[in-house]
Amino acid sequence: MISKLIYNIFDTDIGYSFRKSKIAILATIVFLIIVLASLFASIVAPYNPFDPASISLMDAFTPPAWSDGGNSNFILGTDQQGRDMFSTMIYGSRISLTVGFASIIFALILGVSLGVTSGYLGGRYEIIVMRFTDVQLTIPSILMALLVDGIARGFISKSLHNDMAIYVLILAIGISEWPQFARVTRAATLVEKNKEYILASKIIGLSNIVIMFKHILPNILRPVLVISTIGLSQAIITESTLSFLGVGFPPTNPSLGTLIRFGNNFLFSGEWWITFFPAIFLVVLAFSINLLGDWMRDALNPKLKAR
Amino acid sequence: MTNYFLKRLLQSVLVMLIVAFVSFSLFNFVGDPVHNMVGQEASAEKREEIREKLGLNDPIYTQFFRFVSNASKGEFGLSYQLRRPVSDLITERLPATLELVFVSALIAIFVGVFFGVYTGINREGFTSNFILIISLFGVSLPTFVIGILFIYLFSVILGILPSFGRGEVMHIGFWSTGFLTFSGLKALILPSVTLSLFQMTYIIRLVRAEMMEILQTDYIKFARARGINQNIINYSHALKNGLIPVITITGINVGTLIAFSIITETVFQWPGMGLLFINAVQFVDIPIMSAYLIMVAFIFVMINFIVDIAYYFIDPRIRFKEEAMVE
Repeated sequence: MISKLIYNIFDTDIGYSFRKSKIAILATIVFLIIVLASLFASIVAPYNPFDPASISLMDAFTPPAWSDGGNSNFILGTDQQGRDMFSTMIYGSRISLTVGFASIIFALILGVSLGVTSGYLGGRYEIIVMRFTDVQLTIPSILMALLVDGIARGFISKSLHNDMAIYVLILAIGISEWPQFARVTRAATLVEKNKEYILASKIIGLSNIVIMFKHILPNILRPVLVISTIGLSQAIITESTLSFLGVGFPPTNPSLGTLIRFGNNFLFSGEWWITFFPAIFLVVLAFSINLLGDWMRDALNPKLKAR
Repeated sequence: MTNYFLKRLLQSVLVMLIVAFVSFSLFNFVGDPVHNMVGQEASAEKREEIREKLGLNDPIYTQFFRFVSNASKGEFGLSYQLRRPVSDLITERLPATLELVFVSALIAIFVGVFFGVYTGINREGFTSNFILIISLFGVSLPTFVIGILFIYLFSVILGILPSFGRGEVMHIGFWSTGFLTFSGLKALILPSVTLSLFQMTYIIRLVRAEMMEILQTDYIKFARARGINQNIINYSHALKNGLIPVITITGINVGTLIAFSIITETVFQWPGMGLLFINAVQFVDIPIMSAYLIMVAFIFVMINFIVDIAYYFIDPRIRFKEEAMVE
């Protein structure tokens, strides 16, 4: 049953294009490995970096296992607190991925609902939504995320900053990403709403809500999928940038960006691994998602297929 | 013409008013401004006195009007954290950011156009493909990672370039410049290259696409048929038309450069507005945040306005459309 389902997925046009693209397969494998490793962090990681009992300051600044003074217990070395880099990175990527997925889902729900409704209903509502989208699109998303982050921090008392960090970041990044979804889904809705099946739905008396979300939405999911993928890598990069700037995750609960931020302090004293491994990890993660997004854009684009 | 001009101007003013309202709300609704000024020890009467003095008991529209008129004079009150007028802090920091953005934009344009033209003309060559792959990789690298890599390579390993600060600066009036000293110029290299990379890859792709399209057009074919030297065709005939979109895109992207300078300034501890803003966000220093917001929005709006007006002169289609609408 399940194997048949998988077979069916791979038997489609997209599945064919996927099988043909070595880059897409490689990117998917890398991405899945990272996702699975972060999901099962407690099994994959040799240590739990948040358990004080497993950390010893005596182990601090151990270089990677293959270099002089390295310890085979810590493959990629340890950081300033003696935490195993490899374990910390896996736990860190869990945070980065969680924020990435959650903020994109938030942006998707907000952007798609505004895009579909404004495209379908039109009128003054459409003009207002699109003005908002246009104005926000001229503001770089990192600036928008920083602003929302700053405002949210103003509302939350200082003692709660660390505990609320994840929600603040999801909100900030989600708000900075929604206009892309709104613009694309509105354009797609404008095309769909003049088709005959929508006219038929109207004639049999379906309500606007049913038409928009049950009939139009499934037909415009392809571009949404593409933006979500590219948006995911952007969200992960934005999160790590905010954490690097010191307005994201606290050192007690580090994401990849926080790790790079603190490792950066030890660059001059020669402990390069504390900042380099999280940075490489982040770049590999973002690059694999970007490659996947690029492939998806080509594979789902009917114009390219016709050629 | 006047019609178009006025319409754009009105739009710009409207955007600025919206931004002003957002930053006004920041002031009034995020935290208690009185609390932020006097701390917890002050008595209730003292608080009320300050509220009255600051005009916080006035109706909202009076307060908003006062905020806008103060902002247009460049007055944003005192920084909560540094206890100094925000306008002073910004004038101190502004030259550093503007010099950084200016040099980055120059690097991005010159290198970007050069590589763009090269890859557009030599489409299949090894060097072209190499440049394109590097630029694709550059898009995926977060700015701060590029900065760290540069610091590690040029400051830690090679030890030839400074990794933080502006070096020595010279003061000319209120403006402090790093252009006139050797250490100032040296300190500028890493941050400006880091900041320019993202723009550069963008311009390479844009110019390449433009050149490829233009080289297929009839007038280039005629020029070739007339036996004009290929170099003259490439650089004089084709490039001239390929540059129009570059000018507009670069204009708009100066805003993006200013936003991204926040990251670059943090990595290189460059004492500009971005660093000021980041510290303000960390300490929820609302006056600096709202002043920065208004400043950046103003620069954005100005640039958009200038680009729109420039487009009117460059692209005749807009002129015809506008004239047709008037009739």
